[in-house]
Amino acid sequence: MDWTTSISVILKEVTKMPETVHPFRVMVHKEISDQVRSWRFILLVILILLTSAGSIYTLLTVIRQHPVQLSAHSTFLYLELFTKSTSNLPPFITLIGFLGPLVGIALGFDAVNSERRRGTLSRILSQPIPRDYFINSKFVGALAVIFLLIFALGFLVLGLGILVIGLPLTLGTVMRIIVFLLFTCVYIAFWLNLGITFSITFRGASTSALSVLAIWLFFTIFYSMLVNFVVNLTISNPYAAHYLGLALSRISPNALYNELTTILLTPSIRSIGAMSFAQRVGTIPSTLPLGQSMLLVWPDITALIAATLICFGVSYMLFMREEIRA
Amino acid sequence: MPVIEIKGLVKEYGEITAVNHLNLEIEKGEIFGLLGPNGAGKTTIILSILGLSEPTGGTVTVMGHNATSEPIKVRKVTGYLPDEVGFSDNSTGLESLIYTAMLNGIPEDEARNSAKELLEIVGLKDAGTRKTKTYSKGMYQRLGLADVLIKKPEIMVLDEPTIGIDPKGIIDFLALIRKLSKEQGITVLLSSHLLHQVQKICDRVGILVNGKLLAMGNISELSDNLFGDNETVITAKVDPITDGLIAALKSETTIKDVRMKDNVITIKAGRDTAPAISKMIIHSGGNLYRLSCQEYGLDDIYQRYFEGGDEDA
Repeated sequence: MDWTTSISVILKEVTKMPETVHPFRVMVHKEISDQVRSWRFILLVILILLTSAGSIYTLLTVIRQHPVQLSAHSTFLYLELFTKSTSNLPPFITLIGFLGPLVGIALGFDAVNSERRRGTLSRILSQPIPRDYFINSKFVGALAVIFLLIFALGFLVLGLGILVIGLPLTLGTVMRIIVFLLFTCVYIAFWLNLGITFSITFRGASTSALSVLAIWLFFTIFYSMLVNFVVNLTISNPYAAHYLGLALSRISPNALYNELTTILLTPSIRSIGAMSFAQRVGTIPSTLPLGQSMLLVWPDITALIAATLICFGVSYMLFMREEIRA
Repeated sequence: MPVIEIKGLVKEYGEITAVNHLNLEIEKGEIFGLLGPNGAGKTTIILSILGLSEPTGGTVTVMGHNATSEPIKVRKVTGYLPDEVGFSDNSTGLESLIYTAMLNGIPEDEARNSAKELLEIVGLKDAGTRKTKTYSKGMYQRLGLADVLIKKPEIMVLDEPTIGIDPKGIIDFLALIRKLSKEQGITVLLSSHLLHQVQKICDRVGILVNGKLLAMGNISELSDNLFGDNETVITAKVDPITDGLIAALKSETTIKDVRMKDNVITIKAGRDTAPAISKMIIHSGGNLYRLSCQEYGLDDIYQRYFEGGDEDA
């Protein structure tokens, strides 16, 4: 037996399902394989890989040749891989914040209505499984794909960094990156759930796709403009205006995510928003440990997780109340 | 004990009453046809049986399990073929069947074997390894039937199983359903709006209009219910027709109406008056070429019931 056949035998043994598999596992399994094999997912992954590769490549070139250009006294070079940019390409963190929601939307926008249109919904629901398995498997399957994609991508960037830079990695840095990747997944899951919700509400896949994209576009581009406009119109005191602007922008999941990840990946940021001179007297200009950084963005973390869960709750409720017949 | 027992089922969608106090019992091994026009409530009844639609009132019991409170037990023994059955585009027929089997807790190896067997039974042996998006409508229905059978059901519920198949395909498909049902003792409930097709394989049919079961029984019972007491139309070809004959016919009390055109007499009378009429014709000296008593066909039954339904509406 040559090595290729022995590998295929091993693979077969490893991937072989046990005797009776729980139906939910079967459904999640199917969901993941459907998603991974779909063209839109493959295209998005290629897009993300190309843009992040471009961004990271230019950054790594700078780090190798002129590290001073990037930062004169940085102690968190690996984190800067994710947050800094030296070329026209935006940094990794911005790329993911931009393309991540698209991945979530692409995985979710036709979750239910396409199954209804194809006539598979009633067939699956007539099997001896609880009704919520369907919606849960959609969520869990897509979430697994998102986790896999984001963590693979994040570790790929980190690995590339280690290969090129060659400096030892601290545990704190790795923890920060893991937490960053984790909340990126939560953020993408928010858009996934929004997509699933719309896929239950709207019968047409194109209608639900356009609706979610409209919301995404609104929060990505127009919402900050709108906040500025409202703040400038109502308040003249710059201090109060700043806080109102911050409060209003935090309604947007994009703003929450940006704030959260920027602070998690930049240990030198010590506070959100403006600080008076009185507050700054006596502070030591050092970096924060991970726990303190997380404490700083704890409200953002809570809000983001809550938004994701609420979105899932709404889609769950809508689906359970939905009439099966078209 | 009946396999499917529906008692006082009511289902309302807002203002519309889709099913109105329906009672129905289906015995083991029986093939029952639920007939009715579009929107009569057929699919609603079927979804209630599967516990996929919550009734507004009444109960549905399937093999002793309440379909509303124990839907999973019901779905374990019931296979359902939806009216527009579909399969995952990127899977092959075989993969789709294995997936369904595994949802029913059948291990993968066993599922693969029985899926292959079933593909052969429904005539998709060669198409099994092709992606389902390349299938024709008739193949979809066949795969759907295999999909129903793979869980080894006690009951098959088929919603408009013949829709979209060509006439030859329909005959084969229905024959297959009947064969499988009789061989394996599977109870079948199928819905259709095409009486002709359904009467060929059904032991019993129920006619559903506006959520109410107007009549139930086998075809001849239905016919008797509707037309048993009524007069029928008797036509006789007689040459020559004498005035005496017409007068004699008209004077007969059981005969309601006599019309004459060329040498054909059309008589409205009770079914059993045909012998008397023939005697009268012979007596009058005419030659009787043909005497026929109109038998009511399925179309008439259907028409009659649906007309009645429309009047209610």
